[in-house]
Amino acid sequence: MSGIFEYNGGSIVGMKGKNCIAMACDRRFGQQMSTITTNYQKVFKIQDNILLALSGLNTDIHTFYALMEKEINLYNLKENRKMKPTTFANLVASALYERRFGPFFVTPIVAGLENGKPILATYDSIGCKSDLDDFQVGGTGGNYIYGACEAFFKPDMNPEELEEVIGQSLVSGCDRDALSGWGGVVYVLTEQKLTVKILKTKQT
Amino acid sequence: MQYFDNYLQSKGGYDYTNAKRNELMKAQGFKEMPFTKTGTTIVGVLFDGGVVMAADTRATAGSIVADKNCEKLHTLAPNIWAAGAGTAADLHHQCAHFNAKLKLQRLNLNRQSRVNEVITKLTSKLFPYRGQIGVALIIGGVDCNGPQLASVSPHGNYVYHPFQSMGSGSLAALGILEAKFQDGLTKQQAIDLAIEAIEAGIFHDMGSGSNVDVVAITKEGVDYRRNIRQYNAKSHQKQIPYPFPINNTPALRKYEFNFEKQELTEVGQEMEIVE
Repeated sequence: MSGIFEYNGGSIVGMKGKNCIAMACDRRFGQQMSTITTNYQKVFKIQDNILLALSGLNTDIHTFYALMEKEINLYNLKENRKMKPTTFANLVASALYERRFGPFFVTPIVAGLENGKPILATYDSIGCKSDLDDFQVGGTGGNYIYGACEAFFKPDMNPEELEEVIGQSLVSGCDRDALSGWGGVVYVLTEQKLTVKILKTKQT
Repeated sequence: MQYFDNYLQSKGGYDYTNAKRNELMKAQGFKEMPFTKTGTTIVGVLFDGGVVMAADTRATAGSIVADKNCEKLHTLAPNIWAAGAGTAADLHHQCAHFNAKLKLQRLNLNRQSRVNEVITKLTSKLFPYRGQIGVALIIGGVDCNGPQLASVSPHGNYVYHPFQSMGSGSLAALGILEAKFQDGLTKQQAIDLAIEAIEAGIFHDMGSGSNVDVVAITKEGVDYRRNIRQYNAKSHQKQIPYPFPINNTPALRKYEFNFEKQELTEVGQEMEIVE
C-alpha cells in the first residue's frame, strides 16, 4: 500500500497576484487506482475574502473543512465581525497542531485578501505555517506543479493573467500525476468579486 | 461524555481523538507523509559581552525543499532568542507558546526573563513527552547573570557551552567552530565565525541551504540580520517571459460572485464554452 496521502489523490495550488489571489484544484476523487467521482470540491469559500483549499485524505478534507466552518461561524457570532485572513491562517495552524500526535491527513492552503494585500499560507499536516512565498502547492501532483509554477510565474500579475497562469500550471502538473486530474477549477479572488472557472482538461 | 469532551477542550493542550484511527491505518500498511523538518545548521557563539546565533533558511519535507527562506531564529523574550532544528511545526508552536508564557511571567513579576528559567521550563515540558516533540534548540541570551548559551535536545537534556551547533549540518559547523573559536572574541569576530560555520553546513549538508540569518544579543539590545548572506539567489532572469493570451484556456463554465451585490451570475459569452 502507498501512503495515506496518496489514497485519494488530488492537487491544489495557490498564487499571489497584484491585489488579487488565485487558487486552483483538480476534481478527482479516487480510491487508489479507481476513480469514484470527477466533481469533488476541494476549495471552500470560508468568507468573502478567504479561500481554503485542502488536499490529502478526502474524509479528513471534509472533517477539517467542517471544523473550520464551525470556528469561523462561532467567531462571527461571538465577536460580531469578520475574521481577518491572517487570523484565519493562524487558526488553521493551531487547529492542526492541536492534533500533533493524531493529525488530520490534510495539507491546507489558505488564500485571502487583507486590505487589498494578498495573503497565502501553506501548512504541513501538523501545522507548520509557511507564508513567505508567492505560490504554494499541495497534494500528490504538488511537486510537478512546483516545476510549472517556477517557470510560468511572474510577480504582480493582474487577475486575468493570473487566471491563465495558475490554470496552465495546474493542468501541466496534473498531467504528470496519475492520481490527480479529471478537470480543474480556478478561483480568482479580488476585492470586488470571486470568479470561478471550470476548466476543460484531458479526461484521464 | 459530552461534559468530559468540553472539559478537555477548555483545558487546552493536545487532542488525541484521531490517534487510534491513525494507528489502525499505519497497521494496515499506510505510510505517513513526512512532516516539514528543518534539516538545518544552527550555531551559537559566546563573545565578550554577548552571544551570537546564526541559522540557515531551508525547510525540507522528505527530499523536497518545502520553504526556501524560512525563519529559524525565534524570539523567546526581548533578551533571549532561540535557534531551532527538528520538526518545523513543533519548533514554531513551542517557541510561540514559551514566548507567551514568559511574557505573562514578566508582566506578573515585573522582572527580565532569565536564560536558566527558559531552560528549566523547556526541559520540564520536553522530558515527559520522551522526545516525541521534535525540538532541538540553541538558546542564547543576556540577562542579570551575563551572556549565556545553552542547547536543549528533544529528550530534555541541556548543555551549557561557549559554542554550540545543532541540526543535520552540525558536524560540518562544529569543525569550523572547534578550529577557530577562542575566548574573548569581539562581536564582529563572533558574527564572522558564526557565518563561516553556517556556510560549512550549507555547502556540505543536503538538509541545509539558501541563506544565513544572524542575531547578536548584548546588554544594549538585539541586532537581527535577516538574510545577511545569500548564496542561492536566482542566477538569471527569464529573458523571454511566457505570456499566455487572456481567456485562452478552454472552460466548461465560468461563474462570478459579486461581493457587494452578494449574487452569483454565470459568465461566458466571450469564451469557447463546450458541453
